[in-house]
Amino acid sequence: MTAANVVGAKGKKLTPQRVLLHLFLITFAILWLVPLIGAFFSSFRPFSETVRDGYFSIPDSFTLENYRNAWDQGDIPGRYWNTALILVPALALTLFFSSMVAFAASRFSWKFNVSFLVLFTAGNLLPQQIIIQPLFQMYNRIPLPEFLSNSGKLNGSVWGLILIHVAFQSGFCTFVLSNYMKLLPKELNEAAVVDGASVWVQYSKIIMPLTRPALAALATLEFTWIYNDFFWAVVLEQQGADRPITSSLANLGGEFFTDDNLIAAASVYVAIPTLAVYFALQKHFIAGLTLGASKG
Amino acid sequence: MTATAPLDTTDSGVDNTPKKQRKRRSAMALSGRDRTVFVLMIAIPTFLHVMLVWVPALASIFFSFTDWKGIRLSDINFVGFLNYEQIFTVFEKDFWQAVINNLALLIFLFLGPTLFGMLLAYLLDKNLKGSRIYQSMFYTPVVLSLAVVGFIWQSVVYSTENGLATSLFGSGDPVNWLGNQGFMIAFSENYGISKNFVAILVAIAWRHTGYIMVLYLAGMKSVDQSLRESAAIDGCNEWQAFRHVLFPTLKPINVVVAVITVIEALRAFDIIYVLNTPRRTQVLSILTTNNLLGEGGGNVGRGSAYAVLLFLLCIGFVIWYVTNHYRESEI
Amino acid sequence: MDELQLPKSPSPSQVGFSVGRRSVLKTTALAAGVVAIPGLLAACGSDSATDAGAGSDAGGAAAEPATGEVTLGSNYSNEVPQAGLQAAVDALPNEDVTVKINEVDHNTFQENISTYLQNPDDVIPWFAGYRMRFFAAQDLLGDVSSVWPALDGELGDGFKTASTGDDGKQYFVPWNYYAWGVHYRKSVFADNGWEVPTTFDEMKTLAGEMEAAGITPFALGNDGFWPAMGTFDQLNFRINGYQFHVDLMAGKESWEDDKVKEVFSTWAELLPMTMADPNGRTWEEAAAALVSGEAGMMVIGTFVGQQFPAEELDDVDFFPFPEINAEHGIDVVEAPIDGWMMAKSPKNEAAALELIGFFGTAAAQDAYLAEDPSAVAPSSKANSAAYNELQAKTFKMVSEAKFVTQFLDRDTSPEFASNVAGPRLADFIADPTKVDSILSDMQEQAAVILGG
Repeated sequence: MTAANVVGAKGKKLTPQRVLLHLFLITFAILWLVPLIGAFFSSFRPFSETVRDGYFSIPDSFTLENYRNAWDQGDIPGRYWNTALILVPALALTLFFSSMVAFAASRFSWKFNVSFLVLFTAGNLLPQQIIIQPLFQMYNRIPLPEFLSNSGKLNGSVWGLILIHVAFQSGFCTFVLSNYMKLLPKELNEAAVVDGASVWVQYSKIIMPLTRPALAALATLEFTWIYNDFFWAVVLEQQGADRPITSSLANLGGEFFTDDNLIAAASVYVAIPTLAVYFALQKHFIAGLTLGASKG
Repeated sequence: MTATAPLDTTDSGVDNTPKKQRKRRSAMALSGRDRTVFVLMIAIPTFLHVMLVWVPALASIFFSFTDWKGIRLSDINFVGFLNYEQIFTVFEKDFWQAVINNLALLIFLFLGPTLFGMLLAYLLDKNLKGSRIYQSMFYTPVVLSLAVVGFIWQSVVYSTENGLATSLFGSGDPVNWLGNQGFMIAFSENYGISKNFVAILVAIAWRHTGYIMVLYLAGMKSVDQSLRESAAIDGCNEWQAFRHVLFPTLKPINVVVAVITVIEALRAFDIIYVLNTPRRTQVLSILTTNNLLGEGGGNVGRGSAYAVLLFLLCIGFVIWYVTNHYRESEI
Repeated sequence: MDELQLPKSPSPSQVGFSVGRRSVLKTTALAAGVVAIPGLLAACGSDSATDAGAGSDAGGAAAEPATGEVTLGSNYSNEVPQAGLQAAVDALPNEDVTVKINEVDHNTFQENISTYLQNPDDVIPWFAGYRMRFFAAQDLLGDVSSVWPALDGELGDGFKTASTGDDGKQYFVPWNYYAWGVHYRKSVFADNGWEVPTTFDEMKTLAGEMEAAGITPFALGNDGFWPAMGTFDQLNFRINGYQFHVDLMAGKESWEDDKVKEVFSTWAELLPMTMADPNGRTWEEAAAALVSGEAGMMVIGTFVGQQFPAEELDDVDFFPFPEINAEHGIDVVEAPIDGWMMAKSPKNEAAALELIGFFGTAAAQDAYLAEDPSAVAPSSKANSAAYNELQAKTFKMVSEAKFVTQFLDRDTSPEFASNVAGPRLADFIADPTKVDSILSDMQEQAAVILGG
C-alpha cells in the first residue's frame, strides 16, 4: 500500500491546486518548527546577545560555549546514564510482562480474560496523581539492601522507578498487544498443541516472533514516554544526581540567575535521544500509534 | 453494569473452572507445568500492576476520608466527608475554576488540534510529494520532553521582552503572555478563562495536533483508495466526498480520538505545569499536585480528596470506553 | 494533629525587647529581635530559650572524631552559592570526613520537601522558624542540641531560639541571613537629585517624580509568589506593627480586619506606580529593570545584589521600607535565616553533627561569604571587616532592629502560605478591586488551615 502511494505520488502532475496545497502545508510546517528553530539557534549564541537583540536576530557570534557549560554544569553524561539505567530495564520488562498477559488473554479463553484486559487498560488511563502519594508511602516503607539502593529503601532507588514505569505502561502495551495477537490465526495454537508444544513454547517460539512488528512499534513509543517522564522521578527519587536527564533542565534553571541559552543547549541534549529514535524508527513509531488507535 | 456484560457472553451458564473447553481459540485444558506457567504469566504482571496502580488508587480514596498528614500511619483520623465538604465550600473557587479550565481545554482540543489534525491528515493522505517530511515536521513536538517544550514556549515564544510572540504581535511593547490572569472570557466576576490560559492552550495545540494528525493518517491509510476515486467519479465535490465517503469509515478512529481527547483534557498536566509560572491558572491535576505534594501539601487528606474527584471524572469515561472496546471485539 | 496546634499568644518576655541594646554586642541585639519570632512558634508554651540546652550532652557527639562519608543536601542551583558551599565544605578541619553533596534545584527541592524529608540526606538545607518547627514536630528531624554548647559563644540567644523546636531541643543551625529593604541605584538618585525617603508620603512623592522622569518607580516580578508576600509583609508591619504580623500569621487575627484592609488599600496606592503585570515576571527580570535604570526602586531581599555586574555593585544601595504609622516607626526588619538541619536517622550521625556544628562557626560562614557576598553571617565571630557596604548595612540594620521577622512563608503554615496567601496576593495585584472577595476567601481558608 505504501509502495503504491509512492508510485502514485510520482505519477501525479503538479496542478495549481497541488501548488496551493504545498504552500499551505509549507507555511504551517514552518510555523510549527519556528519555536524549535528559535531555541536551537539561541543555543549557539551568548546569552547577552539574545537578551539585547531578541531570539530572532542576526547573530554577531556563534559559540559552542553553551554546550560545553551545559555538559559540565548539568552533568549531562551522568544524567544520560541515569536515564539509561531506568529506561532500558523498564522498557524490556514492560514489553515482556505485557506480552505475556496479552498472550494469555488473547490466545486463550478463560473466565476472566476480558476483565484482566479491562483492568490493565483502565489502569493506564488513570491520572498519576491518584497513585503517587500512596505509592510514595509504600515505597518509603519497603526496605532494600544497601547494595541495591543507596537509600536502603525502594523509595529513592532506580528499582522503584523501573517498577512503576513497568506497572503503569504495561496497561497500554497489553491493550495494543492483545489487539494485535488476536488477529493472528488461531490455527497457530491448535497446530502447536497437536505438536505437543507447551504454553511457554507457544508464547516464545510461535506468537512472539509474529508479534515483532507490534513490539518494535511499542518499543519506540514507550522509549519516548518513559524517557520523557518526570513526574515519577521527581517524587520518587530524592537525590538530584540520580534523577534522569529530563529533570536536569531544572537544575540549570538557577535560583538566582537563569541563562536561557545555556538551558537551550541543555534542551538540545535532552531532545537528542528521542529525536534520534523518532527519525531512525519513524515507521515503527507511527505504526505504534496506529496500533494503539485502530481497533485490531 | 456495562463492565460485566462482556464477561457474561464469554462463559455464561458454564461452571466456573477456567479449564472448560470453550468455543473459539484454544481453551484452558492445560495441566501440570503448562498450567503453572500460564498462571504465572498472568499473575506476575498482574500482581505488579495491581499493587502499584490500583492499590494506591484505592488507598487514595481511603486517605481522602482522613486528615492524614502523610508522615506516621498512627496519625490517621477519620473525618468523613469533611475534606470534600471543604473543597466545595471553602476552596470552591479554585476547584470550580479548575473544572472550567479543564472543560475549556476539552472543547478547545476538539475544535482546534482535532479538526486541524484531521485536516492535515486528509491533505497529507493525498499522495503528496514530501508527505513524510511534512508529517515529521508536525509530529516532532510530540516526541519532545515536556521540559524542553516548556522551555521553548516560556523563553523563545512567550518571553515578555523578546519572545517570538512579542515580536510578532506585541507592536513593539513587551507583552506578558504567561502572567496575565485577566479574563479573556469572563463568566462572572470570579470565573472565566484567563488570557494566560489561552496562551497555554496555544502551546498545547502545538504539541497535540501532530498526535491527532498521525492517528487520522493511520486511519485514512486503511481506507480503500478506490472508495475515494469512485466518489470522485460520482461527481461528489471534495467536501461531499469527505463528509459522506471518508468520514463514516473513520468511525473507529473518531472514537479513539474522542477518548484520547477527553482523557488528556481531564488529566492534562505537563505543559500546563511547566508554563503555569505563577501557579494560579489551575487545572484539576495541578490543583491536586499542589495540595498533595507541594510544600503546602502537608494535608494528604484534602490532597487525596482532590485526586479522587479527578479520578471520578476520568474513571466513568474510562470504564465506558474500555468495556465497550472489549465487548465489541470479543463478540 | 496535636503537635501542630497553633501557638498561644507569645509571652511578653518572648516578644518584648528584654535585652538592652546599649549593653550588648550588636549581634545579641539581633538575637533579641529574633527571639520575638519564636513567640509565634513556641507552641508548647515552655520558655524554649531556658530549657533549650538542658537535654544536650555538652558536645558529646562532636567530641568523638567522626570519619567516613556524610551526605549533604543542597538547594543551591547556581554557581555562586554552589562555590560558596563547596568552599565551606572544604574548610571542614576533619580530613577523615568526606562530604557528598546532593544538588537539587531550588524550586524542585521546595516543592518536594515533605517527601524529601522522609528519605533525606544526612544534612538538610532549610529555613529557621515555623517551617523548621513544623517538620521537627512531625518527628522528621534529628536533634542537634549537642552541637550548640560549642556554638553558644558565637550564635546569640535569638538564633538559638529560632533554631529550637517546640520540645525545647535544637533542630537547626543558622548559616546566613539577609534582609529586605527598598533597593535603588545611588547614581540614579544622585543624577536626579533624589533623596532617600523616610516616610511613606515622601516615598510616594519620590515615586511621582520618577514617573515624571520616565522611570517606573517600583520594579516587581511576582513569579513564584514570594515577592508579593515580601511587599505585603513590609506594608503590614509598618502599618500594624510586629505583633499584628505574628498574630495574623498564626490565624489569630482576621484577614477581614480593617487593619488588613488598610494594608491592601495602601498597597493599591503603590500598584499604579509598579511595573504592570508583575505576576508573569520573574524577580530577575524585574531586577534587570532596576539594573538598567528603567525602574527606580525595588522592594526585595539584599540578594538582589547578585543581579548586578560586579563592577556596578558599589552603586546598589537600599533603605528600610519607610515609616507609615508613627506608632511603629521602622522597628521591624524582615531578615530570613537560612541554615541546616539533620535527618532523623542519618547514616553517619557523628559526621553529620560535626558538619552541622562546623557550619555554625565563623570559619565556615566566612568561607561561604567570601564566594557569595550577598548575605550576612550569624556568627558574631565572623569577619565583619570583610563585609562590603551592603553587607555592613544589612548587618547594622538587623542588629539595630527592635523586632525581626522571618518571612510570610516562614512565619505561618506552609500550606496556608503556598496554597492560599501566595495565589491570593497575586490575584490582588492583578486586580486590586477584588480585594473584598479575596480577603473573605483568605479568611475562610485561613480558618480551615490554621484551625483558628
